Amino acid sequence: MKLGFILSEMWAGIRSNISMIVSIILVSFVSLTFVAVTLLLQLQIGEMKTYWYDRAQVAIYLCSDYSPEEACPAGGATDAQKAAIEEQLSGQTLAPYVETYYFEDQDAAYEKFVEQFADSQAAQYITADQLNEAFWVNLKDPTQSELILESFSGLDGVEEIKDQRSYLDEIFNFLNAGSLLAAGVAAVMLLSATLLIATTIRLSAHSRRREISIMRLVGASRFSIQLPFVLEGLLAAVIGALLATSVTVAITHYFVTGYLAQQLAFTSFFTVADSLMITPYLLGIGATLAIISSSVSIHRYLKA
Amino acid sequence: MIRLENVIKTYKGADAPALDSVSLDIQRGEFVFLVGTSGSGKSTLLRLMLREERVDQGEVLVLGENLSQLSASKVAQFRRKLGVVFQDFRLLPNKTVYQNVAFALQVLGKPKAFIETAVPDVLELVGLSQKADRLPSALSGGEQQRVAIARALVNRPEVLLADEPTGNLDPATSNEIMTLLDRINLSGTTIVMATHDRSIVDRMQKRVVEIRSGKIIRDAQTASYREIPSDSIPMVPDSPADIDFGGES
Repeated sequence: MKLGFILSEMWAGIRSNISMIVSIILVSFVSLTFVAVTLLLQLQIGEMKTYWYDRAQVAIYLCSDYSPEEACPAGGATDAQKAAIEEQLSGQTLAPYVETYYFEDQDAAYEKFVEQFADSQAAQYITADQLNEAFWVNLKDPTQSELILESFSGLDGVEEIKDQRSYLDEIFNFLNAGSLLAAGVAAVMLLSATLLIATTIRLSAHSRRREISIMRLVGASRFSIQLPFVLEGLLAAVIGALLATSVTVAITHYFVTGYLAQQLAFTSFFTVADSLMITPYLLGIGATLAIISSSVSIHRYLKA
Repeated sequence: MIRLENVIKTYKGADAPALDSVSLDIQRGEFVFLVGTSGSGKSTLLRLMLREERVDQGEVLVLGENLSQLSASKVAQFRRKLGVVFQDFRLLPNKTVYQNVAFALQVLGKPKAFIETAVPDVLELVGLSQKADRLPSALSGGEQQRVAIARALVNRPEVLLADEPTGNLDPATSNEIMTLLDRINLSGTTIVMATHDRSIVDRMQKRVVEIRSGKIIRDAQTASYREIPSDSIPMVPDSPADIDFGGES
């Protein structure tokens, strides 16, 4: 069949079925937007992980005079205990794992505390001697914090060992949950989009059954009979995907880059370039589902 | 050209076969009437020739193709060599006469230039050149059937299958359609037409195959009493009233 004729047949199908076509566009638009959100959140988590995990340190908090009895029965850490810890950190055993480490005394800890909680009243009530001295350790591989924990926990003069990654993991778990939720909604919406396309194409075929029966009679190939219907579903889904892309890009530009990134300047966010990068996936998912569901639908209609 | 050998066809759920051991041989250029009451099996015979249905047993050969062995993908190719006309015309109501006829070529991907010469030619043949821009609803029944015939012929098929083409038409219009079909037959197209209109059969003086309860009970050339060579079919002579040596065709 000639392209022009196929397109005119497709257009006739769309015209006779316009409200259903609009609903396909809307459902695929919404579902693909959720797909985009899922992908971008995953991208964001990945980006934050690379950024923050590399900076995450392990803190070996030493006993202070205010430490709880169970952890530090002997009171504050002595110089000898500190020397023992430092010796182990710089020793042969840990050399392959430890990138750098440094000691933070109570005054330095206090300065950092005041800086972090400048806005809070807590800063007024805390004094330097209430804070812990600590060894801050940067590991070559931040995932191996277990090693530090095993080596130093229970050692005399050590109150607690804290991997900063555990704080980050909470944030990532939260983001992951959000992205899973978006993925769930996307899956349900994609399923409805698929079913809607199948139903619409069957209706479209039914409303043009005279044309179909004549096409079969005069010997039009199965492919050329099916093509206008498949294109009809495909076009609607692709329009939906393009709408989803535009909305995603707009949100990224105006909300993420224009607002979030300004407010939360300490971390990086996905950019318009990233959201454009996922466009092919949205188009691919939309097109694949549309082609499969409309071909199956028209194929079954023609068989029946 | 068309050959059926011991064809048996039983529809799902039916007690008796729609066609029972039917053998038939139709030569190139023949005009054959299939007659019989409703449900006798004549439409089934046409549907088998068109490969709308498949036989349970036996063989159907049309234009050199063995239809029981024809793969689904080849059916479309095969149908391009046939033209079909029905009692209910089956025109597209939202397309003009010209567009209805052109549609049959467009769906086959024929070049525009070919369509633009073939469609006016065939409309000329059926006498509808003046009404090319009308919608089917603005035509009489006879004119609508002529559009359907034009559509069936526009791709120059070797065989035209017609299922009760005059069934919805009054006698005068029926005669016009028959004259047209006769003219088409004379130009070389083989025609197989199912009908239960006795007067048409009597008037046309063509080969008549009569079917009753799925069996061929008569196969005779009404004009010349020549029996068609076909196994195990008893010859039933036509009444003298059927004989017309004038040959109006």
